[in-house]
Amino acid sequence: MLGRLSWAAIPLDQPLPLYSMGVVGLVILAVLVLVTVKGWWPYLWREWITSVDHKRIGVMYVILGLVMLLRGYSDAIMMRTQQAIAIGDAQGYLPPDHYDQIFSAHGTIMIFFVAMPLVIGLMNFAVPLQLGVRDVAFPTLNSVSFWLTATGALLVNLSLVIGAFSRATWWGYPPLSEIAYSPDEGVDYYLWSLQISGIGTLLTGVNFVTTILKLRAPGMTYMRMPVFCWTALAANMLIVAAFPVLTATFVMLLLDRYLGMHFFTNDLGGNQMMYASLFWTWGHPEVYILILPCFGVFSEVAATFSGKGLFSYRSMVWATLGICILSFMVWLHHFFTMGAGADVNAIFGIMSAIIAVPTGAKVFNWLFTLFRGRIVFTTPVLYLIGFMVTFVIGGLTGVLLAVPPVNFELHNSAFLVAHFHNVIIGGVVYGALAGYNYWFPKAFGFTLDDRWGKASFWCWLIGFYLAFFPLYQLGLMGMTRRLQHIADPSWQPLLLVAEAGAIVIFLGILCQIAQLYVSIRTREERRDLTGDPWNGRTLEWATPSPPPAYNFAVLPRVETIDAFSNMKRRGQPPVEPSYEPIEMPRNSPIGIVNAFFATVVGFALIWHIWWIVILGLLAAAVGILAFGWSENREREVPASEIARRERARLGLGRPA
Amino acid sequence: MTIATLDFVPTELARGRGGGGPAPTRIVVAYGFWIFLLSDFVLFSGLFAAYAVLSGNTAGGPTGSELFNLRSVFIETMCLLFSSYTCGLGALSAERRQPGRFLVFNALTFALGAAFLIIESTEFAGMVSKGAGPSRSAFLSGFFTLVGTHGVHVTGGLIFLVYMMAQAIAKGLRPHVLRRLLCFSLFWHALDIVWVGVFMLVYLMGAR
Repeated sequence: MLGRLSWAAIPLDQPLPLYSMGVVGLVILAVLVLVTVKGWWPYLWREWITSVDHKRIGVMYVILGLVMLLRGYSDAIMMRTQQAIAIGDAQGYLPPDHYDQIFSAHGTIMIFFVAMPLVIGLMNFAVPLQLGVRDVAFPTLNSVSFWLTATGALLVNLSLVIGAFSRATWWGYPPLSEIAYSPDEGVDYYLWSLQISGIGTLLTGVNFVTTILKLRAPGMTYMRMPVFCWTALAANMLIVAAFPVLTATFVMLLLDRYLGMHFFTNDLGGNQMMYASLFWTWGHPEVYILILPCFGVFSEVAATFSGKGLFSYRSMVWATLGICILSFMVWLHHFFTMGAGADVNAIFGIMSAIIAVPTGAKVFNWLFTLFRGRIVFTTPVLYLIGFMVTFVIGGLTGVLLAVPPVNFELHNSAFLVAHFHNVIIGGVVYGALAGYNYWFPKAFGFTLDDRWGKASFWCWLIGFYLAFFPLYQLGLMGMTRRLQHIADPSWQPLLLVAEAGAIVIFLGILCQIAQLYVSIRTREERRDLTGDPWNGRTLEWATPSPPPAYNFAVLPRVETIDAFSNMKRRGQPPVEPSYEPIEMPRNSPIGIVNAFFATVVGFALIWHIWWIVILGLLAAAVGILAFGWSENREREVPASEIARRERARLGLGRPA
Repeated sequence: MTIATLDFVPTELARGRGGGGPAPTRIVVAYGFWIFLLSDFVLFSGLFAAYAVLSGNTAGGPTGSELFNLRSVFIETMCLLFSSYTCGLGALSAERRQPGRFLVFNALTFALGAAFLIIESTEFAGMVSKGAGPSRSAFLSGFFTLVGTHGVHVTGGLIFLVYMMAQAIAKGLRPHVLRRLLCFSLFWHALDIVWVGVFMLVYLMGAR
């Protein structure tokens, strides 16, 4: 009746996950009670849960990413602490089975449910505004994408209380991830949550490629798009080209596990090396899916806060597209030691070094943008400078790892761990936090507190260096990754430094929470009444903060790059345009309804409860078919209402 | 065209260079669906690659030349290719607002697609009954997954087709129905393209 699910799935014998889940459960319960008591459900349902507004969806993505950052961070500090104390005779406090789940969950969560939601959230929020249009190409699909991503995050977290998570790392190499060696539900949690959220990500990619290529304000030719839109285009093209490979690979592994097929098994002709190759065909473009939009954020930040246009816009665009293409030609450097032979390794080593060239060009572009600019040292600018220093170091260790003979020494060591945290924290996390500080006033109508923001930045910066530079050294000393127990006591001092670094990063997270709290408390003093708090250059700053649902009462007309900056320079007097009615998409519950069924079906698949799988799929199909039948998906905002709102905003009187 | 002039082109003159403002819904929908189909091709390319890697790994089990019956594969291929033709005729009749012809051609498309599926499932069932199921060897895992995924797409296409015919009958050939019909025909032709790859890579090369 309930497949493999039984009371034994609740880890009553392991107090640690049980207590932590109890605390999380209490917090969730408290929030739900608060929302119910205050009567906020209708508001939440109407304005957020069923909203198809790209700005609202973007904000929800960022919230999801920040909440999951807390979960991913707690995994990190648990591992750091275990490694700092489980040395010599001491065994630490995490048994191997639990430790293995933690490092698998940490990687999975940080990549798929922290970095991806943060980056996609920023793109959702900013891209249509920067393009000068009213929404993405398929607004309802956008809501579906978000809720599928949230479903994936929910399933990963369910594994804390019901059953166990994968112990096969975040890339799930067979044969370890095969049914013969991971017979329980752990790998299934991993696979199904990523399959479900992966569909959401793919649909986002389709949506944004179409939006950027087909929906731009009149006059916005390709070479007038803000650089963030270019990087978003590149990232979403990579999503469309790479995520289906991940889906196909996971389908094969699932078929091995559920139907006894032999894609990657040890027996009957399976080939594990094919998994590595297929996985990283997705996996390497994935790192550029994450980093390219962050490059875009930094480009916007550099230009805005130095008060001049981006240095060499064109080379930035071509570097972005170059990286986009090259990112598909380097995947083999993730497994140089697998034995492809010297010639193949040499080619991929050279390609990996070449991809550093366009990236290096970008660093010079940012530097020359800042050069002789009137730099305003806000929090995003600090992140930009911290990023340039940190990311270049991470890039250099990456080039080092791209040399196959060196890679044979350093592969699978703590050096590698230090390298990719160097680029992901120094690039993606700093970029996402810079974007969060930069666009927050646009989203909510008041700026974030700069002092707490800067405190948070310094903690993230110093914490990063303390936590990961010792790992470079430990890697060179021979420490491999994923160690639950440290045999060599001489490594302990450096591991203690790394532990301290992780704690400093935690202070950074606390500062961010304080920043949010303080800013909300003092929001009346920090209202952004102009809609343009930073003297911005691109079209999102031409709207009020927060922008109305339709973004622009009249679509802007674009005549140069940095369109808004040009409009301000020419100082056009506010002529009252003739307003026309606007068609806006209606709210739709299809996203959350779909996500509900996806959660149920995913859970039932993990536990082999086939009757629920069938019922859930049927119900989801009925929902999709019912939605596909509807036609009145738009509502019209009458011209008189737009005129009334715009007049109120501009301080004009009632119409004559 | 120098950079300087390109930077200051008035909005009206930017139309021919992608500056014409948001595209109409019909274009946006079809374009988005194309991008989705591209992603579907990428999915199939992963399955094709896996099949190509594993096709020799028969693990002592039956090989393609022992299993494939080119005569029935030829018939099912013809069914699918011809269904694309009738699908195209259906799309033309929809565009010319000829509901009768539209229904006839789409019914034909459905019948041909269903015939394809029946032949394919008969082939699958025959192989399984001979002990050559998907868990027999890596080659057969790759075969059943690649061809089966295509079959699942055809099944989805048939459901899509019936659903769109129902919409056309209930609501008439209105603009939003026509947009969705356009997506259906794109989908159906895309399945044909994938099948051409399957036919050559799996059956023609495998039957030797």
